[in-house]
Amino acid sequence: MGTLLEVKNLKTHFVTRSGVVRAVDDVSWDVGESETVALVGESGCGKSVSALSIMRLVAGPAGRIVGGEVLFKGRDLLKLSEEEMRRVRGREIGMIFQEPMTSLNPVLSIGRQLTEGLEIHLGLSPTEARRRSAELLGMVGIPDPERRLSQYPHQFSGGMRQRMMIAMALACKPSLILADEPTTALDVTIQAQILELMKDLSRRFGVAMLIITHNLGVVARYADRVNVMYAGKIIERGTAREIYANPRHPYTLGLLRSVPRLDEPRRARLDPIEGQPPDLTRLPSGCAFTPRCAFSVDRCRVEIPPLRAVNGTGHVSACWEAERLGRQATAVGS
Amino acid sequence: MKDDAPILEVRNLVKHFQVRGGLFGGRAGLVRAVDGVSFEIRRGETLGLVGESGCGKTTTGRCILQLERPTSGQILFEGRDLTVLDEDALRPIRRRMQVIFQDPYSSLNPRMTVGQIIAEPLAVHGIVTDRGRRATRVRELLSHVGLLPQHAHRYPHQLSGGQRQRVGIARALAVEPALIVCDEPVSALDVSIQAQIINLLEDLQAQFGLTYLFVAHDLSVVRHISDRVAVMYLGKIVEITDRKSLYDSPLHPYTKALLSAVPIPDPVLEAQRERVVLGGEVPSPLNPPPGCVFHPRCPIAIDRCRVEVPDLREIHPAHRAACLLA
Repeated sequence: MGTLLEVKNLKTHFVTRSGVVRAVDDVSWDVGESETVALVGESGCGKSVSALSIMRLVAGPAGRIVGGEVLFKGRDLLKLSEEEMRRVRGREIGMIFQEPMTSLNPVLSIGRQLTEGLEIHLGLSPTEARRRSAELLGMVGIPDPERRLSQYPHQFSGGMRQRMMIAMALACKPSLILADEPTTALDVTIQAQILELMKDLSRRFGVAMLIITHNLGVVARYADRVNVMYAGKIIERGTAREIYANPRHPYTLGLLRSVPRLDEPRRARLDPIEGQPPDLTRLPSGCAFTPRCAFSVDRCRVEIPPLRAVNGTGHVSACWEAERLGRQATAVGS
Repeated sequence: MKDDAPILEVRNLVKHFQVRGGLFGGRAGLVRAVDGVSFEIRRGETLGLVGESGCGKTTTGRCILQLERPTSGQILFEGRDLTVLDEDALRPIRRRMQVIFQDPYSSLNPRMTVGQIIAEPLAVHGIVTDRGRRATRVRELLSHVGLLPQHAHRYPHQLSGGQRQRVGIARALAVEPALIVCDEPVSALDVSIQAQIINLLEDLQAQFGLTYLFVAHDLSVVRHISDRVAVMYLGKIVEITDRKSLYDSPLHPYTKALLSAVPIPDPVLEAQRERVVLGGEVPSPLNPPPGCVFHPRCPIAIDRCRVEVPDLREIHPAHRAACLLA
């Protein structure tokens, strides 16, 4: 499996009144061909800004990519002209957003929004584009696609709009889809439908996916590999199995322990991560998680831990105490 | 400290909304947001009310608080039927019932300091008239919800989401209510903060003997916090029982589907799980299906379900479900 997307030392900063926010702070990760990779973290951790940076959609002038490379099929997207970049968006990399209503045009018919990309990117004739659009709607499980093409987004339910977004993302047969919180705005039963659909389609067409989410449950079922982000940095990465069975960063461990789970006996009390999420304009020196961390030692307050290998499976953790954490977690598990 | 007398009894609650469609406001329709809902909550208990968007759970909460006047039915709070009272008679009762909203940012006045926000109900209801004593009481309330005295001088935008929700809770506590309707109180918060707020709600319940109606869509959170749980679908309760029975042996096919749709944060378990993925979507409450409202999506529906409306009947002691096949 070759590497499809490789993000190297990406830095995206925002200038605010209270100072420079390093939303993405020297972050590197990659996605292999037909692989599903997750970026997980809470609000403000930099996961969405990472995706926007790849697509070069960071809102200026406050936000700016200040360093790094985004190699997609070997080409650095950050060096392309705006014109060349437009051919990448939608054509080679599809996008699915959290709130489909705000990312669809309310005054254009569903059909028009689907055919536009097909005509521009693939050069299809209007008739061909319409036929292909109906096919796409059918593929994502929208009944009666011919009639649906002439309807408008407000006539679709939330779940149908998200199906329509998936159809749009797939329309030009991209090799990568970026999905930013694709099911967060949906009800649980609809969420299950959409996730099954995305998984099925990505397998069927061999599309690679980058799923950005705060929901650890969603990630468990659908991702091959997981990157956990905190305060603009990746603090742990590994296969989904490794991350869940053997978390080696106190933040990952805290996230996993803080959620009540239906598959476990009910606990008398939940185990939250204490303290507040980090203020990115006033990060502490050393590891950003130190103020909330139960495992911190003196070194954590002065020296930022780099990502280091935990074992031979590609599992890495940015924690000085990763080994102690491993021993302790094993002791708890046995 | 649960005592057996119900603090709240909802009897056959109905709330319909008139809607006008079309360009000229003609073709009026009727949204059956809540369509005959009955339940009770005992003092000191937490009743979880779960369901998907549009099922009527929030409207039910708003009717109880008398923020919406019900179309019909009774709401007995501490023995008095609120639906027959006028605004003046309701005012003292409103103190006894408070609400915590989902989004603390839009429910806190951005131009007031945290101290003013918490002190306002104390002044409005004439609970603490002396300004100095009000400031003392505000500090006390801040400490109950895990905030510091200096937070009183901050504005909502200077706080994190979790801290704002703590302010919302302090404001609700200020008037010493007996019942708090918690409407999705943690769903807008980050995962690491949700657990803090849930623990806080549980501590406050134990400390002040509060009764909660906990309205939410997250079944894992509801299991954690509730003593009993009611599941709503399209304006009706389809199942209601104690927590253990609902999660260990659900009877209604909708409850079963909801439970199986909840993702579990464990890739190995997830891969082995058999799940019931419901087809279709929730029908419009403007035009609910005949018979059992769930039949168009139900994996086990039979012909009778298309015509016969199932009663919410007691299948096992204290376990009621509205399904002909339960």
